[in-house]
Amino acid sequence: MSASRTLFDKVWDSHVIRSIENGPDVLFIDRHLVHEVTSPVAFRGLKTRGIKVKYPSRTFATADHNTPTINQHLPVQDPLSANQLKALEENANEHGIPYWGLGHENNGIVHVIGPENGITLPGATIVCGDSHTSTHGAFGAVAFGIGTSEVEMVLASQCIMQPKPKKMRITIDGKLNPGVTPKDVALYIISQLSTSGATGYFVEYAGEIFRNMSMEGRMTVCNLSIEMGARGGMIAPDEKTFEYIQGRTFTPRGDAWEKALPYWTSLYSDDNAVFDKEVEYHGSTIEPMITFGTNPGMGVGIQGGIPLANEAKGSPTTYKKSLEYMAFGEGDSMIGKQIDYVFLGSCTNGRIEDFRAFASIVKGKKKADHVTAWLVPGSHKVELAIKEEGLLDVLTEAGFQLREPGCSACLAMNDDKIPSGKYAVSTSNRNFEGRQGPGARTLLASPLVAAAAAVTGKVTDPRTLLETEYA
Amino acid sequence: MAYDNFNILTSSAVPLPLENVDTDQIIPARFLKATERKGFGDNLFRDWRYNQDNSPKENFVLNNPTYSGKILVAGKNFGSGSSREHAAWAIYDYGFRCVVSSFFADIFRNNCLNIGVLPVQVSPEFLDEIFKAIEADPMAEIFVDLPNQKISLTNSEQQESFDISAYKKENLTNGFDDIDYLLNMREEINEFAANTPL
Repeated sequence: MSASRTLFDKVWDSHVIRSIENGPDVLFIDRHLVHEVTSPVAFRGLKTRGIKVKYPSRTFATADHNTPTINQHLPVQDPLSANQLKALEENANEHGIPYWGLGHENNGIVHVIGPENGITLPGATIVCGDSHTSTHGAFGAVAFGIGTSEVEMVLASQCIMQPKPKKMRITIDGKLNPGVTPKDVALYIISQLSTSGATGYFVEYAGEIFRNMSMEGRMTVCNLSIEMGARGGMIAPDEKTFEYIQGRTFTPRGDAWEKALPYWTSLYSDDNAVFDKEVEYHGSTIEPMITFGTNPGMGVGIQGGIPLANEAKGSPTTYKKSLEYMAFGEGDSMIGKQIDYVFLGSCTNGRIEDFRAFASIVKGKKKADHVTAWLVPGSHKVELAIKEEGLLDVLTEAGFQLREPGCSACLAMNDDKIPSGKYAVSTSNRNFEGRQGPGARTLLASPLVAAAAAVTGKVTDPRTLLETEYA
Repeated sequence: MAYDNFNILTSSAVPLPLENVDTDQIIPARFLKATERKGFGDNLFRDWRYNQDNSPKENFVLNNPTYSGKILVAGKNFGSGSSREHAAWAIYDYGFRCVVSSFFADIFRNNCLNIGVLPVQVSPEFLDEIFKAIEADPMAEIFVDLPNQKISLTNSEQQESFDISAYKKENLTNGFDDIDYLLNMREEINEFAANTPL
C-alpha cells in the first residue's frame, strides 16, 4: 500500500493514464456533460480534424444556458439562441450523444440533471464546459469546469491534460443555527477566504456540518467552490450518497453496483493524509449571509453592515468601484435595503429542498407588490416534485408563479434580465457587475433570505419570519 | 484550433489596475451566442467600454488612444468566475497576445495557454513597477521572452522570471495543441477505458 492519501488523490490518481514530466497529467474522464453555449466551437474543431466523438455513451447533452423559461413549447424567439440550440441538437445527433432538449422530461440545468439521473457517481471524473461543474463533487467525484478547447479535447479523446492541483481541506464542526443553510455556509467560507483564496487548490469539505448535510445541501456547497477560486470541491461519499444514487436511470445496478461499492467505500481521506492547506471554522458562528458587492467574497452576516473601505480586504480602488456600482455606502446596514426582484433558481439553489425552504417562509404570506419574483426550477423533475408535494399551491396562494427550467437570470443569457439599476436578491452564484443583466445589482443569498425579501420587499432576516424552527 | 506561435514579444501595454476582473466583465454572457469563434474582440470588456446606447465610455482605458499594445496588464485575480473560453478568445481577437497580472484564476489561465495567449504571473511589487512605468510613459515597452521565461521593462534594469510548464512552453512556441498529443495516445486510452470501473 502506498502512503496515506486524500480523497482527491484517490480519485485523481486512479484516472491518470500518463504523467508528463514537467507538464500536466493525462486524466481519463468518466462523464462529460455538454450544453449549447460552450460546445459548438468544439464540435466544429472535430469536424475540421475529421474525427468523431470518442465515447458518445460517456457524453450527455442538455439545453439550459440560453433557453427561455416561459413558453418552452413554442419555437425559441431569439434567433441566435435558437441557432445555438439547433447546433447542439445536430451535433448530438451526428455523434450519437444522448440529447435532452427543451421539453424533454430529463431536461434541466446540467448540474441538476447529472445527479438526478445517476450520471454523477462517487469516484468518477466529470467535466463540463461550465465552472459550476464543481457541484458534482458532492458525491465524491472529481468534477471541474473546463474551457472550450478542453471540451474539444474530451470529445476527441475522453481525456484532459491538467496539472494536478494542490489540496485544501475545509473543516467545519459544530451545529448550524436555525435559519442557516448550506448556501450561508458557502458564502461564509468565501467571505473568509476571498474569491481567490482557494485558487490552485481542490477543496475537500470535512466535519460534522457537511456530514449532517443533505445531498442537495452538499451540492450547493460544492457548487460554490469555484467562487473561492478552487477548481472543484468534494465530500467523501457515505450512506447518504449511496442512498441518493441508488436506482437512478444511469446508476449501475445489480452486479455493476456490487462491483462499484468497494471502490466507493474506499473514498475518504486517510487519517494521516497531508493537505497543502487546512482551514477550520465553527458552524455556530455562521449567520444567514448576504452579499453587498460585486463578487461573491463580498458577503456579510445579514445583521451586519458593509465594511469600510479601509477595513476591507484587497485594493480600496476596486472596493469603492464595487460599492459605487451597487450604490451602497460604506458602513450601511444591509437589513431594510429596498429590493425590486427575487430570483430563486440556478445550479446553486434550484433543487427541491430550495423550493421547500422558500415555501416555508412565504406560506400564508403575500409577495410584496413591488417585487418581481422569478421562481425557476432546476429541472423538469424538480418542477414535477414542486407540484406533487403541493408546494405550487403554497407559492400560488402567496402570489408567486413558477417558470420552466433553465439557467435563467443567473447569467441572463435569455430574456430573464434584471433591469439596469434594480436590486435583485438572488439564490444564484455570482453578483458580478452586469451578471444578471446590464446594470443589474445582485445580492446573493439563501432561498430563506430570498423568500423573506420577496414577502417584505426589502432585505429581511428570515429568522424573524420563521414560525417553526427550520431544520 | 490553430494559433500563431509565441516566442518573444516587445510591446507597449494597456493598464487595467483593478483586482478580481471576472470573465463576465471580459465578455458578458449575452455575447456568447455564436457558434463560431470570430468577432469576440468587438465585445471585449463590453459594458465597461460602451454605454447602453453603444457610445464609447471615454474614461475606459481601451477607448483612450494614449494606451495601446499587445500586452494587457491587470490587477490581482484576473479572469475569475465563469469558464467561458470566449474571454480568452476576446482578448486574443482584440489583439492582445499576453496578459500580465500578479495572480490568475485557474480556468482562465488554462484557456489562455490553450489558445495562444501567454499569461505572465509576476510579483505584486513588479506589477506595481509596471503600472508606474506605464503611468510615467504610456509607450513604455515591456519585453516578454518565453524561451527564457523572463519579463522586463525595456528602459530599466528591472526584470523577473515567470513560471510555465516545459510542456506548455513547447506547445506555445510551436503553436501545437493538446489534441494532437492525445490523439497519439489512442491505444493507451482504449486500454484504460476498457478496464475502468465506471
